[in-house]
Amino acid sequence: MAESIVMDVRDFSFTYPGVEKPSLKKINLPIKENKITAMIGPSGCGKSTLLRAMNRIHDLYPGNTYEGEINLYKANGEKENILKIKKENDFIRLRQEVGMIFQKPTPFPMSIFDNVAYGLRLAGIKNKTELQDRVETALKGAAIWNETKDRLNESALGMSGGQQRRLCIARAVALKPRVLLFDEPTSALDPISTGAIEELIAEIKDEVSVVIVTHNMQQASRLSDYTAFMYLGELIEYDDTEKIFLNPGEKLTEDYITGRFG
Amino acid sequence: MSGKLFRNFSFLSATLSFFLLVGIFAILFTYAQDAMHAFGIDFLFNETWEADEDDEGGVFGGFIPIVGTLLSTIIAMVIATPLAMGIAIFLTEIASPKISKGVSVAIELLAAIPSIIYGMWGLFYFAPIVQKTVGGDGVGLLTAGIVLAIMIIPFMASITRDSMNTTPLVLKESAYAMGATKFEVIKDVIMPYAKGGIIGSIILALGRALGETMAVAFLIGSVMSLPHRITDPTTSIPVLLANNFAEAQDLEMSAMYYLALVLFVVSFVIISAAKFYFFGKKAK
Ligand SMILES: Nc1ncnc2c1ncn2[C@@H]1O[C@H](COP(=O)(O)OP(=O)(O)OP(=O)(O)O)[C@@H](O)[C@H]1O
Ligand SMILES: [Mg+2]
Repeated sequence: MAESIVMDVRDFSFTYPGVEKPSLKKINLPIKENKITAMIGPSGCGKSTLLRAMNRIHDLYPGNTYEGEINLYKANGEKENILKIKKENDFIRLRQEVGMIFQKPTPFPMSIFDNVAYGLRLAGIKNKTELQDRVETALKGAAIWNETKDRLNESALGMSGGQQRRLCIARAVALKPRVLLFDEPTSALDPISTGAIEELIAEIKDEVSVVIVTHNMQQASRLSDYTAFMYLGELIEYDDTEKIFLNPGEKLTEDYITGRFG
Repeated sequence: MSGKLFRNFSFLSATLSFFLLVGIFAILFTYAQDAMHAFGIDFLFNETWEADEDDEGGVFGGFIPIVGTLLSTIIAMVIATPLAMGIAIFLTEIASPKISKGVSVAIELLAAIPSIIYGMWGLFYFAPIVQKTVGGDGVGLLTAGIVLAIMIIPFMASITRDSMNTTPLVLKESAYAMGATKFEVIKDVIMPYAKGGIIGSIILALGRALGETMAVAFLIGSVMSLPHRITDPTTSIPVLLANNFAEAQDLEMSAMYYLALVLFVVSFVIISAAKFYFFGKKAK
């Protein structure tokens, strides 16, 4: 079965303002629909930079230079080069289609319900029953419905770290994005909460395509269908996860995944 | 060892401030006794403030300065709060870092100007402008309120800016990542996050406006009459105290302690009510 591509990074280079050399150099990376793509590589190689380009969150700060293309394929097969986006409305639409989960949990200073409903309300959903339904579905999807159903009106700031992370995933999933970008979603988390979040990610891939940055090799190999290895701003190798971990094509990749790396 | 010393020291300072509070209250209360016996609670609603010929007794009521204090403070807060919020939002979220820095320095300098200078500037420069645009005598409630607002804006704006700046970047980014506009991020994330600091700055500014003497003494008109229009001259508690303290005797002196006690209690009640209401809400 041919797998369709939902996003496609082409010859993409990225330079931060005030920096001479590009932080990403001619990256080519397909993101397959309803699959999990892992990005691995040593610290500072540009994983977050690439991820943050895919929903243009970089553009909150002025002066970045983009080259190449990042195409987003719509459900109807049309493609859009998101690097061409200039208007605020189009940014908003893009970010609703390409969601992002940050390294640290970021509950908003409002109730649990409102956290999940937030994006929906921004998207213009006002109907109370619909909001309630979608919040419930999202919380169930993120496996925290049982813990939260009796305290939906309490502040989200009172939840545990692991719960907050799942809340943030629920919040992003509620918007039904086409792609979800995870930047180290389980860093500094205990094994049980990590397991819960991995399970969650594995489940939501039926609904969305996932890109996940991780420093945890086991996580990448357990969870992902495809893996991209980056090094010093370049994409060294991209392939089936199995192939990358069992039989990498590049010496650098092999050195990295076996831990023989300076 | 030194930890213990430090703990004792901070404990001492903390209790000291509590005793100071109680001590001041006790002194005001003691000296106000004569007036309290003579006028009772009616003092608060009586408009007369007249000493007898022999300066020994008289009829004293605090209504006018109390009203003047409250009204000038309300005018100042109504003007200052939205402007200070606007400045803080501009500095944290809209202006480029360079402009933001320059404006911030200017604002901090404004906050450091002694209030008597605001009073003089207000009297000679600003009062005629008020007179020309809205009528009245120039000095009066409105002028005092506006200049008070100008005095507390820098202070409110810089505390509000500081607390808005504590909003973590990732929190703002998460809101943008859900498709929020800049306005929505400010309204839904930054303001609620900075709420404690914002309320704190409003309370502190309120306290300052209530007790401000010098600037208001120049601008409110210092006359014992109830204002009927917003531009009318009147007086306020601190201004009355400052103007009359030197010559007052016996009962009038006691009446002024009574007024000071009222100001003390009003400030205390407003500030604690605001604190308990808002911080209690936040802690929930
Ligand atoms: N705002 C910025 N301005 C300038 N350079 C930056 C900025 N952010 C990151 N960089 C640089 O870009 C490069 C890539 O950084 P990035 O954060 O994408 O790495 P990463 O792979 O996510 O690392 P980590 O695993 O530590 O999160 C680094 O060399 C970093 O110093
Ligand atoms: Mg990173």
